[in-house]
Amino acid sequence: MPVFPFQSGTPEPLLRATGVTIDYATAGTFVRATENVSFDVHEGDRFVLLGPSGCGKSTLLKTVGGFITPTAGTLTLAGHRISAPGPDRIVVFQEFDQLPPWKTVKQNVMFPMLVAGVAKPEAARRAIDWLAKVGLAAFADAYPHMLSGGMKARVAIARALAMQPKILLMDEPFAALDALTRRKMQEELQTLWEEMRFTMLFVTHSIEEALVVGNRILLLSPHPGRVRAELNSHQFGLHSAGSVEFQAATARIHGLLFGAEPVTAPALSPAQVPA
Amino acid sequence: MSALLEPPVRAEYELAPLARTEPAQHAIASRRGVFDAGWLRKALMLIVLAVLWEAVARWQNNDLLLPGFVATAKAFYDGVITGELPGYVGVSLWVLVQGYAAGILGAFLLTSLAVSTRFGRDLLETLTAMFNPLPAIALLPLALLWFGLGKGSLIFVLMHSVMWPLALNTYAGFRSVPETLRMAGRNYGLGGVGLVFQILIPAALPAILSGLKIGWAFAWRTLIAAELVFGSTSGQGGLGWYIFQSRNELYTDKVFAGLAMVIIIGLLVENIVFQTVEKLTIRRWGMQR
Repeated sequence: MPVFPFQSGTPEPLLRATGVTIDYATAGTFVRATENVSFDVHEGDRFVLLGPSGCGKSTLLKTVGGFITPTAGTLTLAGHRISAPGPDRIVVFQEFDQLPPWKTVKQNVMFPMLVAGVAKPEAARRAIDWLAKVGLAAFADAYPHMLSGGMKARVAIARALAMQPKILLMDEPFAALDALTRRKMQEELQTLWEEMRFTMLFVTHSIEEALVVGNRILLLSPHPGRVRAELNSHQFGLHSAGSVEFQAATARIHGLLFGAEPVTAPALSPAQVPA
Repeated sequence: MSALLEPPVRAEYELAPLARTEPAQHAIASRRGVFDAGWLRKALMLIVLAVLWEAVARWQNNDLLLPGFVATAKAFYDGVITGELPGYVGVSLWVLVQGYAAGILGAFLLTSLAVSTRFGRDLLETLTAMFNPLPAIALLPLALLWFGLGKGSLIFVLMHSVMWPLALNTYAGFRSVPETLRMAGRNYGLGGVGLVFQILIPAALPAILSGLKIGWAFAWRTLIAAELVFGSTSGQGGLGWYIFQSRNELYTDKVFAGLAMVIIIGLLVENIVFQTVEKLTIRRWGMQR
């Protein structure tokens, strides 16, 4: 089986990570977050970084975002080396305070466009357009503190996509939401992708979310983060959750991450979540 | 015989979905009494205090020591009508505005330095630790020596009373801006001055406003105290000077009227200026309740 590096016949990747090692300083010592991680993200990918806590997946995403400089290795976006944060890679964070509270929903969506120099009428038009796509057109003039967690996540997604970034970086965007809202958001993200076909890099620690949201999954083992496997999940969607294949894929990933097959069925299988 | 507690198994049931109904808002509104309005309770309290004051003054029966509420109100009214009192207030406020502005500018420069360099941070921490506990009025003798008897000295002292608390609060506000918000700003390509004006200042506004309020209270107190000490600047006195002069001439009712003016201006600025600003900004944005 042809593994890394790159199979011939595939087009040039949009994002390429080559031997990325990241160290970060804590009180007096360096901690290695990831070691020699390589992967390719192609245009239109829903590429998932999956692993338990301590595998450096969020650090890796922040490095792609340009907030952290890797100790070794390179990251290139469309052939250009990533060295600083930039609006061609918009991040959707997990925290609700990613939306400036002093801006209305519409102003929030317009904010990065205005910073990037998009003319105000054009930014306003795009903002309204994207708010309608995430179902928040009626809340354009509301302030973030009036919104629920799920609505805040929708605003952040609309704000990111309205910028039309080369790649959308999502750092466990639904982890702070309740189970029902999370499922709804996964569904909406899927619908948006079906329509717009953007490229995204999605960090999660949930095997189920990875299988549902992604088309390709990079499995990372912890302490430090190292590549364990790269798997396909394009065959799974929201409605395959609970199927035999889905259960098998979940068990396989569980085995890869934790060393052994789970004794019982995976705890978070959606069939067991009360609807 | 088992001692384990077993909850009973009950029958299940389902109800047909109900149409949405509007919440009954009038039910709560009708239960609100007249005394739920805070201003009304406070106004009532003020009236009681005024009556007590008048009663004590009448009983004392010595206008030189303690003029009553009515006498004070009359002196106040006369002062306002003749334009004497507003003139003094105008002089005081004009000096205050200049000193306040100078203090804000100083605090802004100091905080900008503190967020951009380590040296600036050390400087801010050291200077605020030194000067914040020092009453600004204690610098007045020195200011008089350096800047002479005049507006320069007053502005110097006022600047001191505003700058340190404001710089301290603004800096603390900047440091408590959530990391996510900073990263979002940097993500869109903001840095340096852009990040300060578009992210840090609005995000730290609750702390900055509270610094401005503390600075205002310090400045107003300091100014009245300084005017009591030497008062007239270029032949024109402020409110503190009016109080001092009235006492010298034994117009005790005018002293009371002057004091009332000091209190009224303090209340107006606090309750109208700052409250309006807060209502339009941080409370509207849900950053403060």
